[in-house]
This record gives sequence, C-alpha cells and structure tokens, in this order.
Amino acid sequence: MTRRARPGSGTPWFAVALGVSLAVVLGFLVLPVLAIFVNTSPARLVASLGESESIEALKLSLETTVIAIVIIVIVGTPAAFLLATRSFPGKSIVLTLVELPLVLPPAVAGIGLLAALGPDGLLGGALGDAHIQLVLQTAGVVVALVFVASPFYLRQAQTAFASIDRSYMDASRTLGAGQAQTFIRVAIPLARSGVIAGVALAWGRALGEFGATLMFAGSFQGITQTVPLAIYDRFATDFPSALALSAILVIVSASLLLAVKLLCRGEALSGAVR
Amino acid sequence: MSGFVRMLTVMLVGVALGVSACGGGAVKPTLVVSAAASLQKAFSRYGGQFSSARARFSFAGSDVLAAQIEQGVHPDVFASANTKLPEMLYGKGLVERPVVFAANRLVLAVPASSAKITSFADVEKPGVTLSVGTVGVPVGAYTQTVLGKLDASERSAVLANVRDREPDVTGIVGKLTQGAVDAGFLYITDVTAADGQLRAIALPAGLQPQVAYGVAVVKGTAHPQQARAFLEGLLQGDGRAELLAAGFLPPPAS
Repeated sequence: MTRRARPGSGTPWFAVALGVSLAVVLGFLVLPVLAIFVNTSPARLVASLGESESIEALKLSLETTVIAIVIIVIVGTPAAFLLATRSFPGKSIVLTLVELPLVLPPAVAGIGLLAALGPDGLLGGALGDAHIQLVLQTAGVVVALVFVASPFYLRQAQTAFASIDRSYMDASRTLGAGQAQTFIRVAIPLARSGVIAGVALAWGRALGEFGATLMFAGSFQGITQTVPLAIYDRFATDFPSALALSAILVIVSASLLLAVKLLCRGEALSGAVR
Repeated sequence: MSGFVRMLTVMLVGVALGVSACGGGAVKPTLVVSAAASLQKAFSRYGGQFSSARARFSFAGSDVLAAQIEQGVHPDVFASANTKLPEMLYGKGLVERPVVFAANRLVLAVPASSAKITSFADVEKPGVTLSVGTVGVPVGAYTQTVLGKLDASERSAVLANVRDREPDVTGIVGKLTQGAVDAGFLYITDVTAADGQLRAIALPAGLQPQVAYGVAVVKGTAHPQQARAFLEGLLQGDGRAELLAAGFLPPPAS
C-alpha cells in the first residue's frame, strides 16, 4: 500500500513560502481599506451621512446600480445559458467579445460609449430622433454601468449553467416540459448560487465605476454624480469628507459581498436539488 | 532547463546587457512636474526641449495636484492655473516661494460646427446645456467669479443650464467636441489646442477674471538645480516661447 505524503512533511520551507505569500497579499489588499477607517472618526462618518450631497450621491449610486443589475440579469441570463449549453460556429469569438469590457480600461469604455451612443456617435442620430438622451442624464449612467459590469455577471452565470448536470434538463424535457419551461424552472434554480455570485460581482463593479460614467454621462449632483465621482470631487477640497464617503462605500460593498456569501452558503447547505 | 529555454534566457540576458551598456555617460535625472491640465500642450513641447533633465508630467486639475502634495506626494515642480493654490502650499511649507509665469483668459467655448450659441447672452436662454469646472478647480472657480458679477436673475438662469461639472478642462473639452453640451467655460488656450474643433466667444468686458498661473519648486525635491532651471525656462527661455505659442499671455507686471 503506498503511503500518502502528509502536507508539510519533508518540505517545511514550501509551506512557509505559501504562508508568506498569502500574508503579503492579504496585507496589501487590506491596508488601504484599513487606512480609510483609521483616518476617519466615526463621528465624521455619521456627519458625512447626513450631508445632502452625500445622500444624493448614495441614492443615485443605489438607483443606477440596481437598474443596471436588473437589466443585466434579465438580458444576460438567457445569453449566458445559450453560451453555456450550445455550441455554434464562431462561439469562441463571441465569448471573447462578450468578455472584452472586462479588460477595457474604463476610460476607453467611456470613449467607446460616446463614439457609439453620444450625440455625434454612430447611433447618435437615431437616438436623437427617438428623443432618447443618454449623455448628461441618469440613463447614461445606467448604460455605462451595464457596459462595464455585464461581463462579470455573464461569466459567473455561464459557469453556473455549464456545471449543471444535463440529465436533470433532459429529464425535464422527457417529462414534457418545453425548452423555455426547462430553462426557467429547472436550469435557473439549479444554477442559483452561481447566478447570485455573478450578481454580487457585477453589482460591486457597478458601484465602483468612475471613468466610463464621468466621460459618458458627466458629473452633476443628483443626476449623474455617483459616489465614486463625489469622492473624487471632494478629494481636492475636503479630504476628510472624501475619506468618510469612501468608508461608507466600503461598508456598503462589503455588506453586499457578505450577504451574497451567506445566501450562497445557505443554498449549498439546503441542497440545490429539490 | 530544456535547450530552447536555456537559449532564450541567454538571448534575453544578452539583450538586457546590451541595452544597459548603450546608455553610456551620465544618466539624465528625471524631473517630475505636476501641472494644470490646461498646460498640457505647452509643457509637453517644453519638456521635449528641456536639456537638464528628462521631464515627466502629471496633468490634472490643479486642486487635485495640490491635494496630492498635501497628502505627501512629492513631484519636483508644481504648476497651477491660479496663484491661490501655490500660495496655500507655500504657507504650509510644502513648496518654495511661488512665481507667476503666465496669464490666460477665460472664454465661452462652443463646438465649431454648432450655431446654437453666438454670444455670451445666449447661455441664459432656457434649453441650453453648459459644462463648467467643479468649484474647486481653477477654471471652475474663475467661472464662479464671472457668474458672481452677473445680476441675480442672469446668474440663476445660467446656473440652471449647468448640467455637468468636470474635474478639469480636458473633461469640458471632451464634452464639447462630442456635442454632449452646447457650451462650456474654458481658457482661450484650450480652444486653440483643440485644433479647430472649438470656437471661442469672448466674455463681455468687465466680466473677465484675472487668470494668473503660478509655479513653485516642491520642497524636498531631489533635483533642486534642474527644478529651478525648469522654472527659469518658463520665465525667459524655451518654456516661455512654448507658452506664448500656445496662446498664453505673459505674466501680469506685478
């Protein structure tokens, strides 16, 4: 009988190296976040919450990100299902194109959106005729957020759908359910935890978007100035206020992530199969 | 290592050694200059001619650059679109005594292809969209000064048309060239730098604020000689020539 090597036996240095690299990564990622809270007094944080500009920025951020996520989920879920379960000629190109916003710098995303949907853009004339104004409007913020955040959702949803046991879907079809019914009542519930993780990632990305929003939609309090834009605005004139607003954004994003983790864990515990 | 990997490594090491040997002679120091966004074209050209050091520029709103210096970022030189920010940093002991090196003019800028706005009075009309700077950035502060000189009803009409507050002039230029807004408050040098995409409408006499640019050597710089040479060039050398060519005015006689 062969003896399985116990982890760490005979190679203590390797384990130490692993531990050191994790410590470095953790320290580097945690330090800026910690610094925000260390440099803000709780009183300043609460006071900042009361300022009308902060409240407007927070409200706008929440409104626009929620609308963007709803659009992404409604349109993206069927798309992700198609990418996960069917193959077609040119699929790898389609996959790369869909993931492109992931690697595009936000400034490039902003320029691209302007070139496509701005008043002088490719579709600018058509949008103008339809009386749809995006630039300088809240709708423009939503468009920018959908553009930068959708790849995050699409990838997670795709992976989730791809890892469903196909026999459940085949069984559903054999029992007489149509394709759409199978999609809605079998595939989506089975892929739920991956889909929820995708929502969390996309939402977090949308909450933090700065460059594309600034370039495409502009920055104006109450209409287009989301929290990241408000933080940049305050950076030069009122650094403590910028810190306080940053701290609030960190808390909101962390709560989002935590809620999603708990939801997913709940799903895993109760079992994905009904 | 396989034979191919070994060969590749030797080649890479050889190239690296060769490139570093090509340097030869003294390496020019790098001078880091934080400058207002409106100085981009003029300073980049000046930097190309500056011989004592390799000038590297960081262009942004002057208020953001000043805040960075306050937070401990150390460029070698700070050039601002106003005198208030360098004086403030001097008062805090972060920079040496500032010097005024140029003047500029605030104008109403419109897209060259648009006929919607033909005079300053048009910005009060309903339905006009305006882009201005944030209240902290110099171009925005100058705009607030101009608006403060209008009477109350004119001022509120103009403010009602403001739909966008940009952190620096490049954002305003971008919105104008994309047709996203009808007009914006910019410096005349920004209109010149836009190569025909924008048209400038002069402000009525009496509304023009005094726009003076200040520059200072940042305290603690590792290259004080080169930094001072950079300033000298702005006052009476290649820098001054580039500033005038870009449309800046000579510093006001104090």
